[in-house]
Amino acid sequence: MRNREIVPFLFIMLITGLCAWIAFAPDNTWLGRDVSVRLGLDLQGGTQVLMKADGVVEKDIMATAATVIEKRVNGLGVSEAIVQLSGKDRIIVELPGVRDPEQAIETLRGTGRLEFIDTKGKFLNEGTIVRTSGNPEPKVPEVDASKPVDPANPQPTVSPEVYQSITDGRDLDTRQVALRVTNDKISTKPAVSFAFTGQSASDLATFTAANIQKPMCIVLDNVIVSCPVVQSALIGGSGEITTNARADAEKILNQLKYGSLPITLSIESSRTVSATLGANSVQASIVAGMVGLIIVALFMIIYYRLPGLLATVALIIYSIIIFAIHKLIPITLTLSGIAGFILSIGLAVDANVLIFARLKEELRNKRSLLRAVDAGFDEAWPAIRDSSASTLITSAILFVFGNSFGVSLIKGFALTLALGILLSLFTAVVVTRTFLRLIVRNEGLHSPWLYEISNDPDLQEQSAV
Amino acid sequence: MKNIVSLRYIWFLISLLVIVPGAIYFALYGLRTGIDFAGGALWDLHFTTTQTKDLNTEKIGAIFAQNGFEGAQVQVSTVKVDGKEIASAVVRTKELSATAPEQQQRTILAALTKAYGEVNRESLQSVGPTVSAEATRSAAIAVLGACVAILIYLTVAFRKAPNPLRYGVCALIAMLHDVLVVLGMAAILGHFIGLEVDAYFLTALLTIISFSVHDTIVVFDRIRENLMHRRAGEVFDDIVNHSIVQTLPRSINTQLTSIFTLTALLLFGGVTIRNLVLVLLIGLISGTYSSIFNASQLLVVWEHQEWRTWFRRGSSAEA
Repeated sequence: MRNREIVPFLFIMLITGLCAWIAFAPDNTWLGRDVSVRLGLDLQGGTQVLMKADGVVEKDIMATAATVIEKRVNGLGVSEAIVQLSGKDRIIVELPGVRDPEQAIETLRGTGRLEFIDTKGKFLNEGTIVRTSGNPEPKVPEVDASKPVDPANPQPTVSPEVYQSITDGRDLDTRQVALRVTNDKISTKPAVSFAFTGQSASDLATFTAANIQKPMCIVLDNVIVSCPVVQSALIGGSGEITTNARADAEKILNQLKYGSLPITLSIESSRTVSATLGANSVQASIVAGMVGLIIVALFMIIYYRLPGLLATVALIIYSIIIFAIHKLIPITLTLSGIAGFILSIGLAVDANVLIFARLKEELRNKRSLLRAVDAGFDEAWPAIRDSSASTLITSAILFVFGNSFGVSLIKGFALTLALGILLSLFTAVVVTRTFLRLIVRNEGLHSPWLYEISNDPDLQEQSAV
Repeated sequence: MKNIVSLRYIWFLISLLVIVPGAIYFALYGLRTGIDFAGGALWDLHFTTTQTKDLNTEKIGAIFAQNGFEGAQVQVSTVKVDGKEIASAVVRTKELSATAPEQQQRTILAALTKAYGEVNRESLQSVGPTVSAEATRSAAIAVLGACVAILIYLTVAFRKAPNPLRYGVCALIAMLHDVLVVLGMAAILGHFIGLEVDAYFLTALLTIISFSVHDTIVVFDRIRENLMHRRAGEVFDDIVNHSIVQTLPRSINTQLTSIFTLTALLLFGGVTIRNLVLVLLIGLISGTYSSIFNASQLLVVWEHQEWRTWFRRGSSAEA
């Protein structure tokens, strides 16, 4: 007979111990695995964008584009970034903890098409948007014609003429793209060196040999980067782009190094959250969670006495397991996920409340304590099962629906809620039950006061039914 | 014994008293949709070197208009960050450009810095028209899908009780009641405190749906059980009433614990999810009410097919 409780009890202790070990693992490593809590963008700050390819794009081209973007993301050095294809023509990029989101997104979605153009001896200003024979229809930011132009920040205009491209961006040898910082006496200017191969290399050599002491413009994604004067013929197709700031050089490096994007991407939606806002949300949520747990525990103990105390222990075990699962899988913790967790505390309590309400009834019907415990669980089970199932159905629908980008925050909520329901079944049905059974074997804990049944005003009425 | 069932038309009246004003506001003003469903951009800006009183909503709006965002709605307030009071502005504009959003952000921030000193962009969300249209469609599908799935599940779960379909339909009507209450309250709150219907609101609504059914199932489960042990001569009304009385402590206690945790979230849980929590509170209270005072009562109405007498007795019965 005793084994009936001992085995589940040991099982509970084992699970709890294991989860506590994971949850409170020193240095957030458990068995050589990183188990630190993953915070979502809303909690640690960062940016998330949904980019859409212009026009109709084939599936493998989208995949190539995603790979290029992923390499560029790695080049940015952002950890835990996510690059994901979504639907037929969309790419979702999440950059947690990124410091300059605008710069990062610009780097990622720049096509990275490098061209040299023949300007017929003209110098063009940096930043000018030009039509080239490689891409005669560049994308220009929309300009509102009715607005006066801010002189400090003139809107870029597009050159009417189409310049002849000497090189083709596809011939760029990405292995030879590198960052160079030249330290001559006049200035320190970061530069990106590169090399063309094949037809572009020989075309470049021919052109530079014929145009010594004339300007030649370097164009990146149809924007003039610089117009150096040709000093000598560029044999072997190599050269370099000088920039004014290291950040600019790094951006160009990143765009050239991993190859050009086969498509142009426009931004459909974006979300940026600062790190301070995120940190405040984490603190607020921890306080709210603690306060909520303490109030619920007090309420359970005051109202249900001994079973309430056991339920509180079960609730603590529940919290430890949930936390461990989040760290182990890992599930990214978001603000709505925390809300889902705190709501699931209510669900976990509800299962216990249902059982205790039945337990009281059974005790009023003069059952023995042990039989009342078992009967209480058996009677409460259908209600717990059906209500959990209906909540699980809704969370499944929320989860599937949460895949749609505009509402991606719903997914975290649905996941924590579903996890909460499944676990609360475990804690209510296995943990609380085992504890109660162990307790009722102890003769010293049979006082009716502990079960709050002696002075119930409804006792007469209930048993009369 | 308190007879809850015999007063059923009073409970329906109370529901109507809550739903009708909300419906009127809904009809007059509609819901205030957030950028998730309406599209647009939301800028949350903190001014670290300026006092709130020095911020001018019209001037900020003009700065946005000069940089291509006409009709910006500006709201200025003071927020507390780590005990320090910081001037903040929340600005709603049309969505960022698809081709050069980075440039737009830089020019706006530079122009604001010129006017007010250091500006921190706390958060910025922009939702394009296709995405918001998709979100709206998905939202409708999600709510309908949840309804159908729950109806099917309940009919199957209650297949051993007489007339299983009734339980599903009554639970669904009670759920609809809660959806109406929440939408009505959202319309009223939208009108008075500017509550926006966004993705968080939708999350809250779907949670309310599932919790409402959760509550109803607990009561229905008792009715099912008591019906199986039905004594001869016991009328349906009494069984329902008895079941409600039996589950009342549980309903109240569960409700209380949810209210405790939600109030904790409301008071300490940060600004971002405050609306989510507020809507959840309203919905959960409505959900408990409807499971006791609507869903179960409707079973009785259906059992007696009372709608036959509604028109015979005139409007008094309906009220």
